[in-house]
Amino acid sequence: MNLSELQASMLRIRLVEESIANKYSEQKMRCPTHLSIGQEAIAVGVCSNLTNEDQVLSTHRAHAHYLAKGGCLNSMLAEIYGKVTGCSKGMGGSMHLIDKSVGFMGSTAIVGNTIPVAVGSALAMKIQEKKSISCICFGDGATEEGVFYESINFAIIHNLPVLFICENNLYSVYSGLEVRQPKGRKIFEMVRAFGIESIHGDGNNVQQVSDYVDLARGKILSGNGPQFLEFDTYRWREHCGPNYDNDIGYRKEEEFLEWKKKDPLKDIFENKDLDLVKVLFNKFNAEIQRAHHFADNSEFPSDKDFQQIINS
Amino acid sequence: MRKITFSEAINEAIFTAMRESNDVITYGLGVPDPKGVFGTTLGLQDEFGEARVFDTPTSENAMTGIGIGASLNGLRPVMVHQRVDFFLLALDQLINNAAKWNFMFGGVCRVPITIRLIVGHGWGQGPTHSQNLQSLFSQIPGLKVVIPTSAYDAKGLLLESIFDDDPVMFLEHRWLYGLKSNVPKSSYRIPIGKANLVNEGSDLTIVALSYMTIEAIQAIKELEKIGVNCDLIDLRSTSPLDFELIRKSVKKTGKLIAVDSSSKSFSVASEIIADCAIESYDYLQKPPRRVALEDAPAPTSFGLTNSYYNGALEIYNEAIGLLGIKEENTGSKFIKEKPHDVPGEWFKGPF
Repeated sequence: MNLSELQASMLRIRLVEESIANKYSEQKMRCPTHLSIGQEAIAVGVCSNLTNEDQVLSTHRAHAHYLAKGGCLNSMLAEIYGKVTGCSKGMGGSMHLIDKSVGFMGSTAIVGNTIPVAVGSALAMKIQEKKSISCICFGDGATEEGVFYESINFAIIHNLPVLFICENNLYSVYSGLEVRQPKGRKIFEMVRAFGIESIHGDGNNVQQVSDYVDLARGKILSGNGPQFLEFDTYRWREHCGPNYDNDIGYRKEEEFLEWKKKDPLKDIFENKDLDLVKVLFNKFNAEIQRAHHFADNSEFPSDKDFQQIINS
Repeated sequence: MRKITFSEAINEAIFTAMRESNDVITYGLGVPDPKGVFGTTLGLQDEFGEARVFDTPTSENAMTGIGIGASLNGLRPVMVHQRVDFFLLALDQLINNAAKWNFMFGGVCRVPITIRLIVGHGWGQGPTHSQNLQSLFSQIPGLKVVIPTSAYDAKGLLLESIFDDDPVMFLEHRWLYGLKSNVPKSSYRIPIGKANLVNEGSDLTIVALSYMTIEAIQAIKELEKIGVNCDLIDLRSTSPLDFELIRKSVKKTGKLIAVDSSSKSFSVASEIIADCAIESYDYLQKPPRRVALEDAPAPTSFGLTNSYYNGALEIYNEAIGLLGIKEENTGSKFIKEKPHDVPGEWFKGPF
């Protein structure tokens, strides 16, 4: 994928997320929703290097990962609308996305709890001698969970084909890193001390993310064991919901503006070829509008659907 | 037919499953060690290799999640912990992931993992080495909970559990490992959710599970001597729970005692009595009774465990109390030659 394809993919995700934010107040998407706006480069940079046989697991903030991996947009929006046409038939909502056809194996609402599941997928790949990798995306908060250490430790012992992607966006809900981790700690350095190759990059630079992931995937498939990548980035909107929240007091407007200057999409917005940009905007916005229409007009799951799933 | 012990039956079930399917893997702390988890995992690594049978870090939560991930990719993991109490570190993976994964992704992601957990009783195991948490697991929709008594049931139910497509909690009572019963060498399966009518009688229904079934068998033998004949139902699983068989029995006897190995409040025994009150009220001749532990952590001291734990004597006393039979010194019927806190003279610890 060349740079413009990476950028187009990021733009599509941004526009999907903004459409959700814009329509959220309609009260038709009735579930907690964690937007990825500002963090698109990591999802796109990572997934652009993966095949459909490579698996990805994600977190509560999963929309970008799901879409970057090739997950169906209609199914995602229908899931957020709670419809039976959703990727989880309306049982999961925004935080439980899945599209197995493209190797997006799921996302969950509990911080850190997909990390061992991804390691288990890698264990199965190793036992089954598959030429694929398992990739797990999580945030800086997850690195504070015991299961994070436990999972990496096991992956190293068994030399498993797993790629750990830490998206460090500085906040766990409203709590900054300074109240959660020792001053001066670098997550990637701490992890390197566990005994795993670990590097750090600019999470808002999609080409750099892509290059690092390409390298890491190659090492994993060559039998060099699990790899860890930490990328710096920033969550533009509130932890959960459609709004900006720089005014409520846990972080400063200036901090947000600094990160906004590093918008992963800035190249596309500064692109001189306005016609090309316009074509992309129109194309994606039309697709997104159709997807909302599909979701809005789909049926809710029936009690019969519910009974069928719980008794299956 | 040959007799083998409960632990040998578990071992044989895993051997059988691993021969029947390359998808079955077995792991847990101590699985390939010289003691082989009370003998239940001995020989497995020699036969099936280190890729399919392995020891683990002391990481209960991650190892559960790893089993989930492996099971989502077609494997059938059998994980074991030396104590149920250790496994409590893994409740996030169990309750938030294993139990709900298939549901929360719309019914397209089965999690065929079997989690073997050892529950206990006495010999100084105390508050955090001998809990009986069947009701805790049974309260979580999405989990099956199997709790066998005989070696025969242990083999057939473990094979069924391993090849079940949903997560199964398989609870093994430490005091059952040495008990023998007839067990076929061949592969056979016992469906989960079907209780076993161990004894038939028309005077009283006794429902028990796991090791408490052994105590109940002793109690009903003494009850027979005074002319009281009991239906004894061994649950074999607590989720799903075979309420049908219990209702059928209570319809016949009109009297119920539910025996449990856990503390009494919110126990499996309580659930059985609740169902009886709702579904069998018209047939009840007497209020049901419950034989279960006091709502307290298990004491460690030899000086306290005799009065804390229930056995055949307590079941017998509840039975004659319920039936209105007056009898003195019933304890003389159940004099134990062994110390009260071991399953037999053979048990010398240290764990």
